[in-house]
Amino acid sequence: MSQGILKYMSSSIGRKYIMAVSGLVWVLFVLTHMIGNLLIFAGKDAYNVYSHKLITNPLIYLAEAALVIFIGAHAFTGISLKLRNNRTKPTLYAVTPKSAKGASLSSKSMIWSGTITLVFLILHLVTFKYGQYYAYSKDGADVVLDGIKVRDIHQLVIECFEKPGYVAWYGICLVLVGLHLYHGVASSFQTLGLNHPKFNNAIKMFGWAYAIVVALGFLAVPLYVFIF
Amino acid sequence: MAGNNNSRTMRINLKVWRQQNEKVQGNLVDYTLDSVSPDMSFLEMFDVLNEQLVKKGEEPVAFAHDCREGICGSCAMVIDGEPHGPQTGTTTCQLHMRSFSDGDTIVVEPFRAKAFPVVKDLVTNRTALDRIQAAGGYVTVSTGNAPDGNAIPISKEIADLAMDAAACIQCGACVAACRNGSAMLFVSAKVSQLALLPQGQAERDRRVSRMVWQMDEEDFGSCTNMGSCAAACPKEIKVENIARINREYAHAMLFGRVSERVSDE
Ligand code: HEM
Ligand code: FES
Repeated sequence: MSQGILKYMSSSIGRKYIMAVSGLVWVLFVLTHMIGNLLIFAGKDAYNVYSHKLITNPLIYLAEAALVIFIGAHAFTGISLKLRNNRTKPTLYAVTPKSAKGASLSSKSMIWSGTITLVFLILHLVTFKYGQYYAYSKDGADVVLDGIKVRDIHQLVIECFEKPGYVAWYGICLVLVGLHLYHGVASSFQTLGLNHPKFNNAIKMFGWAYAIVVALGFLAVPLYVFIF
Repeated sequence: MAGNNNSRTMRINLKVWRQQNEKVQGNLVDYTLDSVSPDMSFLEMFDVLNEQLVKKGEEPVAFAHDCREGICGSCAMVIDGEPHGPQTGTTTCQLHMRSFSDGDTIVVEPFRAKAFPVVKDLVTNRTALDRIQAAGGYVTVSTGNAPDGNAIPISKEIADLAMDAAACIQCGACVAACRNGSAMLFVSAKVSQLALLPQGQAERDRRVSRMVWQMDEEDFGSCTNMGSCAAACPKEIKVENIARINREYAHAMLFGRVSERVSDE
């Protein structure tokens, strides 16, 4: 009998496809989220209205459900592959090679940078999305848009990023997210079969640039709030 | 000692993995060689060590070797953490002691992976690679008169790519280098050398499917694109082949009608 999709997707390569596709979905989200955050530089009004428009759009539930499913699949598959790989390589060598016969820090630490990213992600939602609710009021009156009260998420962000401890934790996590993406983005292209001498340098550069831009973009907000 | 006064010879300290068999624990044992010629190959140095051990009535170090000219892939050793040692594009038998310096300490271990059990000392059992190859790494041709060599046109570029993939000598250094114990570089080279050519098309889907399934069954790890494999490959097989096997496998998944084994067909 010929084998179905399940047989293929549960193999080592199939599970890598899951890693790459779910990773890339999140790569897209993380970029848009970072750009959205930068609206803080456009002022309190722009920031709160953007946030309001985003969470009152009914499509948000679809997007959220998709993101939850993809991160779940990514984390579950990542951990199961890592456990299997620990079993298939029970011992490393007495000497760790310094040449390319070794592996980059970013690629070696995917499971750790990824796991901390997940912990960060959950705490991040608790802090902001499900955090303290402030009503957005201007001139003593609550701001209402399309019949719904606007939340003053800007206020909460400022409060959090005024605490040095929180900024330090946020900073460390973002460096680790950057480290994850530094290897992850280019790696997902390779997993999906996109490799050609004409484009390989561009793909590598894109992956690195993406990781650095995203990490710095996210870090800009707390640093700005903390310093000014 | 005469050897030490001669500027052309080196004193080399070795830490060699000794293990009686698959069942027992092994450990690193120290040896010192006083007059190693820089012109010796790494294996010739082991010959010298073994002569000394035999003279002392000790058991020589078991290590695999055959052609000693870089084509058979037998000489599997991990030298200072690197399969086939510090030089790129070189098998252990083609590595010369001039790559090291007088007084160096060199740690020599067997290839390590779940799928490569240690038989004795530095000798590992790598027949898992043979079983992957047997699962689909062939073209089925009916024998008869040899076909005209140029009957099927193949571009120079494609022929070169296929030839580069076919350079794989199945030594297993990719598996040894990989922190996941993955055999993806090996399997991808074996799939690519045929997938690139018209003759390989008929069995395209079943080849990649069955070889990958066999690879998983043999307990090789999965690829995380770290690239150590290609860096360690004595034949400089490229990770481009791994992207190709990823495409081939997707093709088989979406369009193929492959049964698990030949006997199921
Ligand atoms: C914002 C969140 C995340 C993004 C954008 C992301 C992105 C990526 C990308 C693009 C890859 C490369 C896939 C490939 O090699 O084909 C990857 C790999 C990986 N990710 Fe994530 N990831 C995220 C979160 C996580 C989390 C929460 C975990 C773990 C618990 C995780 C664990 C891993 C692991 C282990 C790999 C390597 C898998 C492999 O190459 O086989 N990631 N990630
Ligand atoms: S002994 Fe044949 S390749 Fe080294």
